[in-house]
Amino acid sequence: MTRSRRLQNALAGAAALLCLSTPASAVLTIEVTKGVEAAIPIAVVPFGLEGIGAATANLPAAVIEADLSRSGKFEPLSRGDLPSLPHDLREVQYKEWRLVKAEALVVGRVVNVGNGRYEIRFQLIDVFREKQLAGQKFVVPESRLRKIAHRISDIIYQALIGKPGAFETRIAFVTVRDADAPKPNLLQVADSDGYGAQTILESSHPILSPAWSPDGSQLAYVSFENKRSIVYVQNIRSGEREPVADHAGINSAPAWSPDGRRLALTLSKDGNSEIYIYDLASRDLRRLTRNTAIDTEPAWSPDGGTIAFTSNRPGTPQIYRIAASGGNAQRVTIRAGKYNAAAAYSHDGKSIALITNQGNGFRVGLYSAQDRTVSELTQTSQDESPTFAPNGEMIMYATQSGGRHVLAAVSPDGRVRQTIKLENGVVREPAWSPFNHQP
Amino acid sequence: MRKLFVFWVVLAAGALIAGCGGRGAVVDESEVEIEEIEGVAGADADAGASASGIGGDDATDGQSLDDAGAAGGSGGGGDDDLLNQRVIYFDYDSSILPAESEAVVQAHARYLQGAAGVQIILEGHADERGTREYNLALAEDRAKSVADMMQALGVGAGRIQTVSYGEERPVALGHDDSAWGLNRRVEFLYQ
Repeated sequence: MTRSRRLQNALAGAAALLCLSTPASAVLTIEVTKGVEAAIPIAVVPFGLEGIGAATANLPAAVIEADLSRSGKFEPLSRGDLPSLPHDLREVQYKEWRLVKAEALVVGRVVNVGNGRYEIRFQLIDVFREKQLAGQKFVVPESRLRKIAHRISDIIYQALIGKPGAFETRIAFVTVRDADAPKPNLLQVADSDGYGAQTILESSHPILSPAWSPDGSQLAYVSFENKRSIVYVQNIRSGEREPVADHAGINSAPAWSPDGRRLALTLSKDGNSEIYIYDLASRDLRRLTRNTAIDTEPAWSPDGGTIAFTSNRPGTPQIYRIAASGGNAQRVTIRAGKYNAAAAYSHDGKSIALITNQGNGFRVGLYSAQDRTVSELTQTSQDESPTFAPNGEMIMYATQSGGRHVLAAVSPDGRVRQTIKLENGVVREPAWSPFNHQP
Repeated sequence: MRKLFVFWVVLAAGALIAGCGGRGAVVDESEVEIEEIEGVAGADADAGASASGIGGDDATDGQSLDDAGAAGGSGGGGDDDLLNQRVIYFDYDSSILPAESEAVVQAHARYLQGAAGVQIILEGHADERGTREYNLALAEDRAKSVADMMQALGVGAGRIQTVSYGEERPVALGHDDSAWGLNRRVEFLYQ
């Protein structure tokens, strides 16, 4: 890596520190509120177990069932309604599953193969066509059981919905512990269901705007640890990091180009907040906007050709877009409320998730490029930081619920909603990772 | 017709740290990859920052500007009162200096002109409404509105620093108009 010489902030012994700093999260609650029409009835049968405790063996099926239910696209049968407990295709009596109106069936086994490893096998079965739709076998250490369960959910989602699942992905977010803690601000990374949060940065000062590199190996973020906003890029495996924008004024709002080579940034070094593009290899910095108004929150289109951003040129914040190569900016949100900000492109570039205020408070909205309209997706009033799942099927955001700061997610059609409540303080600034990658 | 599902997933602390013992070999029959988050960073870099804390607010509040009256004598009678005002407030989504605060800025500008070597940090803040990044830019514009006026009144640009905390450091924790009004502010921090 050509820039390793610049990694002066790299820390040794990082792994040990990580273990110490893992917060003792107690309970994670996922509440799913969904419209039930068209949800696929599916039976996730508890997996068979060999040489393994029930608690471990039950984990994969429980995670798969929770994933599928959380998506809103499936309606898992309750355990009490399962007519039998097959663990293999050959044990399935199709008639009894048709009677309970299960359209699909997930069966499997967890086998202790020694040396702390487990073999997980699963089969997804079409009850009406009486055939296997998918089946795989994995051998993993116990610590990877959840990960493999999420992968199985992804395979099921692909087979039955026809789109890639995004369960085996991660979210980065900011947690603010009790203000009495010496370093209350945490940048954390967890599984997409909020489980297993690990802290990658602790600070006594605010942390903002985490952004995943397209290969999922790095996070860019804003830290106030030097009492002003500075943008850092951190390798989440090694913990190595370096400042990439430390100019006079604000350094903020990092967004990776789809090719991972550039960061769009908001800097105010030349007067007021403007959008710049920073080339990570050459360190070349190119100014994209020139305006006395606020220009911030850049977001790349999936093809890398366009940058959407927030500007208050018309007097209130609205979404604009500009070619990444430069030129004139065009207003995107017109007659769509007084406040539209924090754009995030969908994976196909056809819509933009944003924060909109159309007189009902700040809500997650969806701008449709085809209709040129913004529709409200939520009914809350303090929504922030919308971020698309890499398959475009859900939008996660930060909001307030019952006086608490929580992460929530909503489908682009507004019909599926979920709330992730972490018990360890204020959570905000979610960023959904790209698809799982090879390390 | 809506339906509510609630899942409780108990997170065992042991499971959280299970991956920390190093990278175990994985028998890979089906493209199972190993992916560890092994790093934590920033502890060293941050230690310095947290050691000194963000005590600026308290320090400034407690700092005496007793000599301000003398220093700003050219400004006339009311400067003491005006100089004791170290915070000015802004309208929602606005960085325009409110007319009623101009006298405060003028008094501080006079003081700075008469107190060679004194530096000022103008710290901009926003209320919680709207997006964090927009508020960071908005709060900087507020600080710059004050800086611009001070410079127009003759204070050297080199003596004024602006910093923006956006909505990250509210002074009032409520979620109503009165709290928001207190949080949309620029603080004057003398060095």
